[in-house]
Amino acid sequence: MGAYFTEIFRGLQSLAIGLGITFKEFFQPVVTVSYPYETIKMSERYRGHIELIEDEEGKAKCVVCGMCERACPSGCISLASESVEYEVEVKGEMKTKKKKVLTKYDLNFTTCSLCGQCVENCNFGAITFSKDYNLASSRKEDFHFDLLNRLKERNS
Amino acid sequence: MSLTILNVIIAVVIAIGFAALNAAYLVWAERRGAGRIQRRPGPNVNGPLGLLQPLADGIKLMTKQLVIPGGADKALFMVAPVLAMAPAIISFVTIPFSESIVAHSMNIGVLMIFAFASLSGFSILLAGWSSRNKYGMMASVRAVSQNISYEVPMLITVITIVMMTGTMDLKELVAAQSGGIWNWNLIPSLSSPLMPVAFLIFFICSLAETNRAPFDLGEAESELVAGFHTEYGSMGFGLFFMGEYANIVIGASLITILFLGGWGCPLGLFPGVWWFLLKIYMLIFSFIWIRWTFPRTTIYGLLNLSWKILIPISLFNLLLTAGLLKVF
Repeated sequence: MGAYFTEIFRGLQSLAIGLGITFKEFFQPVVTVSYPYETIKMSERYRGHIELIEDEEGKAKCVVCGMCERACPSGCISLASESVEYEVEVKGEMKTKKKKVLTKYDLNFTTCSLCGQCVENCNFGAITFSKDYNLASSRKEDFHFDLLNRLKERNS
Repeated sequence: MSLTILNVIIAVVIAIGFAALNAAYLVWAERRGAGRIQRRPGPNVNGPLGLLQPLADGIKLMTKQLVIPGGADKALFMVAPVLAMAPAIISFVTIPFSESIVAHSMNIGVLMIFAFASLSGFSILLAGWSSRNKYGMMASVRAVSQNISYEVPMLITVITIVMMTGTMDLKELVAAQSGGIWNWNLIPSLSSPLMPVAFLIFFICSLAETNRAPFDLGEAESELVAGFHTEYGSMGFGLFFMGEYANIVIGASLITILFLGGWGCPLGLFPGVWWFLLKIYMLIFSFIWIRWTFPRTTIYGLLNLSWKILIPISLFNLLLTAGLLKVF
């Protein structure tokens, strides 16, 4: 008989504790982020697709060494370059030198596995991860990114 | 003569309007409340605070096709949702919202409400049975055993109160509790010291009678798809839904009238309809609060609670009150 009443009392007590918890939660702030209208701040180390980094003149920092292209396990990076002659002053006399200038940096994001090997292998710090995650399309051509073009658009 | 007919029509329209409005906006309140308890906003897109959501839901339900499954008993299938909604609306007729706001005051109001409340069990039985669906069938079996089990302690508690006040008229029941919180039936008196327990029993039973969580075994989604209304779409489902919420309002009104002094103020000041509405909406909030706190009971737990705990205690309370009423 005693156990009967203890059980009822214990049960009621636990129910009251449960009600107390939900009552407290009722007055807590809502944690939902209504995504299209609000976004949360991206973390510093978010790894999106890659993006070119610009130098002081606003041009791509890339020297077209091709390390990223070679490091890529999926083969989704393709580069193109052209040689440009430029003059530089060495020990008081002008000399013409050649250097490679990036003309195309294509990322085929459809096969990219976001492993980050390209960024790891870049000796010049010319590429980084972007924080762009709003990527949705019904056409696969939309995922062939022209990174040089993106850099230009970012600067304009 | 024409005036009385007009009165009747106005009363019916107000009862239906009140029931439908409550049903629609309690769904909104339920969803908002559930959201807050789970720390999400709930419906907030349609209109300010999502207040137009019931309208959108209503339009959606009304424009859908009513599909009657092959092999179903058509007549019963159509009757069941109406039977879920109609008793709730009829019960509104005799509920006194204040001294003057009552459609038709009856001297057996309590009896009438319980008579119609037991009809809602029929609607579940018919819905589950006629839709020729094993889930519906299981649900109606459960719901009937639940309704039978919980009407017993509920009515025993009501008998206790009727014994104390000596009336079945809802208005007189409230009048007997007027004057302040110390006169309410909730507060233990010399002749019935177990009244808070009786209140708790009645509260639990009204949760079970309205098929609310944690006693919503009739529509246990995780086991029975949607229970008795598995096969119902469009407004058939809508009527069940509205009936459930209208029944909640009836349940809250009954608790208010029987235990919480109806339209009386706790301090005896300014009695009026506002106190009644405040009390029923606080009770409805607690219904919503309970629904989103507790998980569903098992069918055994449900029946054990009624037959092993609620019925013995309410019977003991009845006998104790009967004895003490003779003494004092």
